[in-house]
Amino acid sequence: METRLGDLELTLTPQGEDALWRFSLTPARLPSFARAIRDEGGQLLALWGSDGRPSGGSFALDTVFLSSLGLIWARCALDTDRPAYPDLAGLFPQAGRMQRATRDLLGIVAEGAEDTRKWLRHDAWAADVYPLRKDFDAAAASAGGGGDDGYAFVRVAGEGVHEIPVGPIHAGVIEPGHFRFSVVGEKVLRLEERLGYTHKGIEKRFEGMDLVTGARLAGRVSGDSHSAYAWAYCQAVEAALGVAVPARALWLRALMLEMERVANHLGDLGYLGNDVALTFGFNQFWRLKEDWLRLGAQLFGHRYLFDHIVPGGVAVDPPSLDPLRVACVRLHDEVAELRSIYDEHAGVQDRFAHTGTVRPDLAARLGLAGLAGRASGQAWDLRVQYAHAPYDQLDVRMATGLRGDVAARVELRFVELAESLRLIGEIVRRLPAGPCRSEVCAHGQNAEGLGWVEGWRGPVLVSVHIGTDGRLERVHPHDPSWQNWPLLELAILGNIVPDFPLINKSFNLSYSGQDL
Amino acid sequence: MATFRILHKMLRCGIVSEPQPASDDDRAEFARLHDELRQVFGRAPVIRHVDAGSCNGCELEIHALNGPHYNIEGLGIRFAASPRHADVLLVTGPVSAHLETALRRSYDATPDPKWVIAMGDCACDGGLFGPSYASRGRVANVIPVDVELRGCPPGPLALLRAIRDVVRRPPVGSSRV
Repeated sequence: METRLGDLELTLTPQGEDALWRFSLTPARLPSFARAIRDEGGQLLALWGSDGRPSGGSFALDTVFLSSLGLIWARCALDTDRPAYPDLAGLFPQAGRMQRATRDLLGIVAEGAEDTRKWLRHDAWAADVYPLRKDFDAAAASAGGGGDDGYAFVRVAGEGVHEIPVGPIHAGVIEPGHFRFSVVGEKVLRLEERLGYTHKGIEKRFEGMDLVTGARLAGRVSGDSHSAYAWAYCQAVEAALGVAVPARALWLRALMLEMERVANHLGDLGYLGNDVALTFGFNQFWRLKEDWLRLGAQLFGHRYLFDHIVPGGVAVDPPSLDPLRVACVRLHDEVAELRSIYDEHAGVQDRFAHTGTVRPDLAARLGLAGLAGRASGQAWDLRVQYAHAPYDQLDVRMATGLRGDVAARVELRFVELAESLRLIGEIVRRLPAGPCRSEVCAHGQNAEGLGWVEGWRGPVLVSVHIGTDGRLERVHPHDPSWQNWPLLELAILGNIVPDFPLINKSFNLSYSGQDL
Repeated sequence: MATFRILHKMLRCGIVSEPQPASDDDRAEFARLHDELRQVFGRAPVIRHVDAGSCNGCELEIHALNGPHYNIEGLGIRFAASPRHADVLLVTGPVSAHLETALRRSYDATPDPKWVIAMGDCACDGGLFGPSYASRGRVANVIPVDVELRGCPPGPLALLRAIRDVVRRPPVGSSRV
């Protein structure tokens, strides 16, 4: 299809019946294309690279944009000897860390980028070795164990300024990462994150894997978003191979995704209460969450519904979902009651309000995504604007806020939790009959697809390239934490150090999903 | 007003700490676990969790164990902020190369006697991530492990059982290094 975006003429190739367009361009045209997207209010969602040399291609840079036309998946073929493309971080700052990671893993360079420091690489492999190149020799990786690698943090100078280094191992039961605070007294002047500690080579691990095991690995990119990743991965595989998935399977996938959203929101609402010393809130929400997880185990055989979303459909079809409907009604009432207590509690609101604020204009400029984005006026929800079945039949009501503070992110969770409970009720009521799994056969040719799912945290994308042997050639999973981590650095500015755990929890970003 | 409603809600909820599990078998087992833990310790075992590269799935269950159903503080089990205060290191994930040093330092910082639980399939054998250019695989490849707890992720009751099992063993600590 021919279309126009700004003053650019584009030829787009749709993927299946979905709202996704594929598009190829030269690296030189990339900035004007990205600017046209930005000028019409679109966003960069993901950026990654690949090495197509062994299958007769070249290096390539892939980008996915949100735009008024739909999702656009744009690819640049790059030079084989000197793979490079023009920097996009000037237009979309969220590209910065993705570009640095692409360089670390593939040696593909963003020319003209301001920040050229390494990102995912610490000292486990050398600067001139690239793990995601097909000719990478794992035996040549260095034996570095993640000690001090001389990373150049930005220093804040001035009278009375001192640094507080935190992590990689944190004081609580949370994932590892390093935070460097520069403070005067209690006030935070600057926060710099150093991530990549949980980098365990997930993308390399996908290479050569069979399609079914790939779904299990995808579900473990970030365990708290298991269903989101497994679904996005399977959607990509099914699009690549042209598999028609039975309606019942799609509805059951949505059911699992919404159950995952409910579980995570319940846990977060408990911890947000805990972080402002309302242990009552913690105990109440974790009581509800535990009951919810046990119900999941009772119906689906796993507390977090792991490994049920498989290529071609779902692997489990519970005989009756009636207990779920009953539980949703009860949970809805209990959460509404707790919400009114949170809302009325002066001490809680005092800590939540005007804490860790990201204003909508900043959120738009830096591409704040998902739940945190919606709390700062960024009205994107893949279930709404880029809905695939069954969301195109479910009329999801998107929640948004404008205040962008902890209170707004708490409120978003309450509203989305209620909406998910409504959706679960709808899904159980309208669940189509029929089979829940189709056969998936690779057809001996190179095939590619993209999957996208609005997980509880935000947009989860998975791109899949299946080789001629029917096994995975390249998989790139993208977590919304990529674009949201940099905003956390800004949300804390001007706040006091003791509010950091609260602000951090209100975003609740994934380390593993970003570190890969 | 909020205080009144909080009290009202607490009174109506009552105490949810177990026994209140799914089946009678679980209830009996839970009571037995409580007793055994008290016998072994008679004092407070302190646990330090170290995420050595997990997908964050195991962390979900560690959080769940800290919820009101399980009442671990009632057993004297406590999670500490520093390995220097810990008796037990609870390690999750395949050990990523970038965390190898941090894990070793946490182990060294834990005073003797100490125990190590490797929690989850990845911690036991590297799981789906395996050893690779960026992963050292199982926890035992990096520090001595006393008990390996399988599961993806292992549930809270299994974790409680592993804590009981590990402290029944003689502490190894520095004698193993």
